[in-house]
Amino acid sequence: MTEMIALTRLTKHFGPLKAVDGIDLSVAKGEVLGFLGPNGAGKSTTMKMVTGFLTPTDGEALVDGINVVQDPVAAKRRIGYLPEGAPCYGDMTPSSFLGFIAEVRGLSGAERRRAIDQAVERVEIGGVLQQPIETLSKGFKRRVGLAQAILHNPPVLILDEPTDGLDPNQKHQVRNLIHQMAEDKAVVISTHILEEVEAVCTRAVIIARGKLLADGTPEELVRRSPLHNAVHLDVAPNIVDAVIRDIEALAGVGSVQRDSSFSVKATLIVTSKGGAPIAPALAALLQDKGHEVSDFKTEKGALDAVFREITRGPNSNAVSGDAGHA
Amino acid sequence: MRNVAIIAKREFKAYFATPLALVFIVIFLALTGAFAFYVGGFFTRGSADLTSFFAYHPWLFLLLVPAIGMRLWAEERKSGTIELLMTLPVSTVDAVIGKFLAAWAFCGLALVLTFPMWVTVNVLGTPDNGVILASYLGSFVMAGAFLSISSCISALTKNQVIAFIIAATVCFLFTMSGAQLVLNFFQGWAPEVLVDALRSMSFLTHFDAVTRGVIDLKDVVFFGSLIVMWLFLNVIAVELNKGR
Repeated sequence: MTEMIALTRLTKHFGPLKAVDGIDLSVAKGEVLGFLGPNGAGKSTTMKMVTGFLTPTDGEALVDGINVVQDPVAAKRRIGYLPEGAPCYGDMTPSSFLGFIAEVRGLSGAERRRAIDQAVERVEIGGVLQQPIETLSKGFKRRVGLAQAILHNPPVLILDEPTDGLDPNQKHQVRNLIHQMAEDKAVVISTHILEEVEAVCTRAVIIARGKLLADGTPEELVRRSPLHNAVHLDVAPNIVDAVIRDIEALAGVGSVQRDSSFSVKATLIVTSKGGAPIAPALAALLQDKGHEVSDFKTEKGALDAVFREITRGPNSNAVSGDAGHA
Repeated sequence: MRNVAIIAKREFKAYFATPLALVFIVIFLALTGAFAFYVGGFFTRGSADLTSFFAYHPWLFLLLVPAIGMRLWAEERKSGTIELLMTLPVSTVDAVIGKFLAAWAFCGLALVLTFPMWVTVNVLGTPDNGVILASYLGSFVMAGAFLSISSCISALTKNQVIAFIIAATVCFLFTMSGAQLVLNFFQGWAPEVLVDALRSMSFLTHFDAVTRGVIDLKDVVFFGSLIVMWLFLNVIAVELNKGR
């Protein structure tokens, strides 16, 4: 695998504030890396350093082997970047805006037309090409920003919150787009939407207070959840005690909790010891004993919980508030 | 160079995307005409030249050029597009020069559109067209100097109004530095060298020399080096402020 982005002890201080504090990270071709973290964790700052917008206080960033500080123009040629909020020149139309970007990217003639057509088609903005960007809806603006980033088919794609402000259909579409393009690129997306990480990323890192706290595939991260492989079941209230007794006797079961919510049914949450799958054994047991179960579902464990767990370090009340609804 | 041209082209078109270009050109033409005819006494002077027209250019530029330059960087920073621009494969120097050239070309266009003045004076008499050409060039170069100041100051703030006011003030100081008003403040305590240096910084002195039809190398170097210096400061200002 070719290493497209390599960060070594990358650090950025704003006065006394350590926005990014010695991050080591590498991203290979074919990877879609999800950059997770509460607001203010240093995600955007890190991206701004990789794209050459901010100069690191310390450490270095290599893009396709090129040092971003020493040869910024060459590094920037290899990067497609969607800045946070997808800023575009509001008084231009998408057509003239993409034309400008294509020119700066060194595309001309038929090549330029083809690149623009392809990007327009990919993000589906064909209908608004001649409207000033400032009159477009948020979703369209974001897609114009995306078109700009993918226009020159860059080997490295860095997208800062690419689906922020999009409706569910548009989100789905953007995720598909990232999937399609991921094969021959190194893609980094920042987000605080955790389902997005599970939907598109092959790898996720969690960053908080400028430090890298976790690195793994989304599945690996989910596995850290106490609810990983837990089972939810609904049973009639009159048999609930017998069911709990039987389940607790089963090997591999960590705990059985009764959901306290009022209902005609009792809901039980059965966690597994060490996160191993217990659903098959549990199903067999229930059938054996002849307990009637009205609902039975396996829990994968929410990335949310893992995220909160990891990012909630000392004196982080301010950041965990944001993580709560993310 | 290619990047400079691409950026200049986009920036130049941006002036025409809003009513700014139209408003500016109309006001510039109205004011240059009004000053030349009513204040400068174009007809009553009874001489076939454009002295009364060019004499008011420094004062008009003082207010109008910062209005062209104020948006160059302040707007990019306010809207966040500076992050887009500075992550394209373009050096900061290219971007600064490209934007400056676009705005300067716009000033040039406004100046060219004053051609009815030139037609009028040629219909009424036989002026020295060499002097007029030199004056136009001098006026254009002076506009460039005002513009480089405005562009640099625009990079220091996100607020266009602040950029305008500060730029107009700095331009005023440069215009007036030869006048007693400013020199009196320094005479008496500052060394003679400094007072002389200040006097030599005056736009008015250098522009007057050019409008008399004498294109002296020293005046060209003065305005040229001033432009280079302010654009250099502009690059530094952009580099220092872009992330804020």
